[in-house]
Amino acid sequence: MTVASLGNIFISACLVNNFVLAYFLGICPFLGVSGKMETATKMGGAVTFVMLISSMCAYGIHALLIAIGAPFLQLISYIVVIASTVQLVEMFVKKMSPALFRALGIFLPLITTNCAILGLALFQTNKGYGFVESIVYAAGAGAGFTLALILIAGLREQLEFSEVPKVVKGTALVLLTAGILSLAFMGFSGLGGK
Amino acid sequence: MSNSKNDNTKTSFWDKLKDSPSTDEFMKGIWKDNPVFVQVLGMCPVLAVTNTAENALAMGLATAFVLLMSNVLVSVLRNFIPKQVRIASYILIIASFVTITDYVIQAISIDLHKSLGAFISLIVVNCLILSRAEAFASKNTIGKSVLDALGMGVGFVFALLCLGGVRELLGNGTLFSYSVFPEGFQEWIIMILPAGGFFTLAIWLIFFNFRNQRKATV
Repeated sequence: MTVASLGNIFISACLVNNFVLAYFLGICPFLGVSGKMETATKMGGAVTFVMLISSMCAYGIHALLIAIGAPFLQLISYIVVIASTVQLVEMFVKKMSPALFRALGIFLPLITTNCAILGLALFQTNKGYGFVESIVYAAGAGAGFTLALILIAGLREQLEFSEVPKVVKGTALVLLTAGILSLAFMGFSGLGGK
Repeated sequence: MSNSKNDNTKTSFWDKLKDSPSTDEFMKGIWKDNPVFVQVLGMCPVLAVTNTAENALAMGLATAFVLLMSNVLVSVLRNFIPKQVRIASYILIIASFVTITDYVIQAISIDLHKSLGAFISLIVVNCLILSRAEAFASKNTIGKSVLDALGMGVGFVFALLCLGGVRELLGNGTLFSYSVFPEGFQEWIIMILPAGGFFTLAIWLIFFNFRNQRKATV
């Protein structure tokens, strides 16, 4: 395990295999809270934090489950860990910044059902990453998620002022924009040497 | 419109079926409240595994199964689960059924399991299932919950097929791996790539918006 291979993992998770634009994970918050730049940034931060914590926990749980020979409990224990982490983040945000808490609204508890986080835990297990690799992978995925969220929020803020046919307004427009973004991100394939 | 005239003279069975509340419960999931096109729920699997019609069908059936079973169990247990821990209990119920589904698919077809990958496990976090458990099954009888789950499940499969069919047809020139177009058809590679998923769903949503708006004005 060298610094270069860790860099590859980071770039691969962040750009080449971007969780939102290439794996379609975490689409719900991506469509839901990407209306404003500020909320998008903070949502990205919250998701990245939960990702880091749950990735570490997932590593521990996986080792434990292998040790006691109960791999079928994997999914259930992952989701419980993620739900508890989200609860923790929710209490923290509520205490530190009530305004942000209101802005994120229902999407904060819904981080629990954000596929990106469970997906991350499952992918790192499937790929057999070690502890450090897992953390780097989580950081890359979180950075990629935040990046995609910020990009789409910027685009949507601009689109507010443009005239769009009535039928395309709403989710369809965001999806079209996301499609074009996804095309742009395909340009990154080949980076990271994998 | 001529159809309805003919039916009037025949039997009233269909009319009765049409007016009964249980049919309503079932039909709303398929069309009026379609989980994908109208409620825009459960987007991740919708986009990720619909690059071929076969994957889409398998994914839809797996999701529908989990939806049905968890709706039944949530409905059975709705008077025993304390309010405060209900979401956690629902997630545990769903996760158990997803684990079962995961192992069953692995037993039936390894290839299918490989091509769907982690997305079978990710059914756990499909918002559609949790939202049906919370919004419907926890408040209604078992019979109604089954109907609701069936309707939503069929609606979900229908939506996945709509997407998967279009994407496979244009991106690969096939449908359920059968060649459809004549030789020399230039495949639209983009349709099976991630971007194609976004575009296809956007186009379906535009189509539904268009229909609804025209209905509203007429």
